Amino acid sequence: MSRVEIRAPMPGVFYRKPSPDSPPFKVDGDDVAAGDVVGLIEVMKSFHEVSALEGGKSVRFLLEDADAVMAGQVIAEIEV
Amino acid sequence: MAIKVLNPGLLTSVQDLGRPGYFHLGIPVSGAMDRYAMRAANLLVGNEESAAGLEAVFVGPQLAFAEDAMIAVTGADMPVKIDGEIQPGWTALPVKAGQVLSFDFLTAGARIYIAVAGGIDVPVALGSRSTYPIGALGGFKGRAIARDDELPVGRPSGRAISGRGVPDDLRRENPVPVELRILPGLYDHRVTKASLDRFFDEEWKVAPEADRMGYRFRGGTPLEFNEREQPFGAGSDPSNIVDSCYPYGSVQVPGGTEPIILHRDAVSGGGYFMIGTVISADMDLIGQLQPNTPARFRRVTMEQALEARHARAAMLDRLRKALQ
Repeated sequence: MSRVEIRAPMPGVFYRKPSPDSPPFKVDGDDVAAGDVVGLIEVMKSFHEVSALEGGKSVRFLLEDADAVMAGQVIAEIEV
Repeated sequence: MAIKVLNPGLLTSVQDLGRPGYFHLGIPVSGAMDRYAMRAANLLVGNEESAAGLEAVFVGPQLAFAEDAMIAVTGADMPVKIDGEIQPGWTALPVKAGQVLSFDFLTAGARIYIAVAGGIDVPVALGSRSTYPIGALGGFKGRAIARDDELPVGRPSGRAISGRGVPDDLRRENPVPVELRILPGLYDHRVTKASLDRFFDEEWKVAPEADRMGYRFRGGTPLEFNEREQPFGAGSDPSNIVDSCYPYGSVQVPGGTEPIILHRDAVSGGGYFMIGTVISADMDLIGQLQPNTPARFRRVTMEQALEARHARAAMLDRLRKALQ
């Protein structure tokens, strides 16, 4: 079993929830399907969804909610 | 000849070297945030430096070419792909009819510039093809490009040399932390000497709100203002002044907390004091800053600012000679 990285397509602030009062898009251990939204990135006063390019099992996040993120940085890993 | 937009990226707009001459009427200079990179891209494809190209921030677009074309991509480090195959940046690249230009993730810098031989041939508005989206002025229909747009391309000059690149020493690097040189004034006297010294000593970070209007920074200590009775017409906050013109590159610090460097799409006036102005030689660097990038502000004199301007002009001359 190998791990696949989900990377940030752009820099900004990473959020794991669609809004402050909502549950997170995914929690550690969840399965992820290709196209699933795993977080939001806020940059230039707007929010952009981050989707998984491929699916996998047992996601593990490497960033906390509201962490700063650079373009290309690994946000999470999944098992494939 | 047209280019079809399959995916616009995050925010991609038609830009040239800008629309100077109307700032006093509230219409910003617009144009490429990194004009050196825009000029280099145009020279590579045999265009006039002032031709219009595309500026894409953080995420590259996906573009399909209806006819053969010569293109070049400069600016940020973002792998260029033609039909999925990686191609070099800062190089004149031939594209065949039907091929698709796309990009991988950004690795350094913030904005790429895509030039096409013949230039993006949108109508000229007030002397420029640059897009000013807030004013719905210029560019492609006054807005950022969108999926399924067909971008018109002008007639190529035929001067481009396929495969020719910009020499390495003329490809500007994107150093981190970045150092931006600032000429203090006209309102730096509003801040205590200790506070002003600290402003230039501390490390700041680019805020995620930074955009074409202004680059905001945070992380430094709030400024301390010299006490005064606010003059008639100025607001009550100590960072307020009687309304004034804002130069391109000026650094305002609303509330004394987060400096904002005004850039190509900035407002032209208002009531915030300005601690100084970023020198012209360093304005292009700002266009390549990602959010969270550490930055320092270095105080310079007018003589140093002019020397830096001459050095920058000399580098541009070397670029022109290299791509003649």
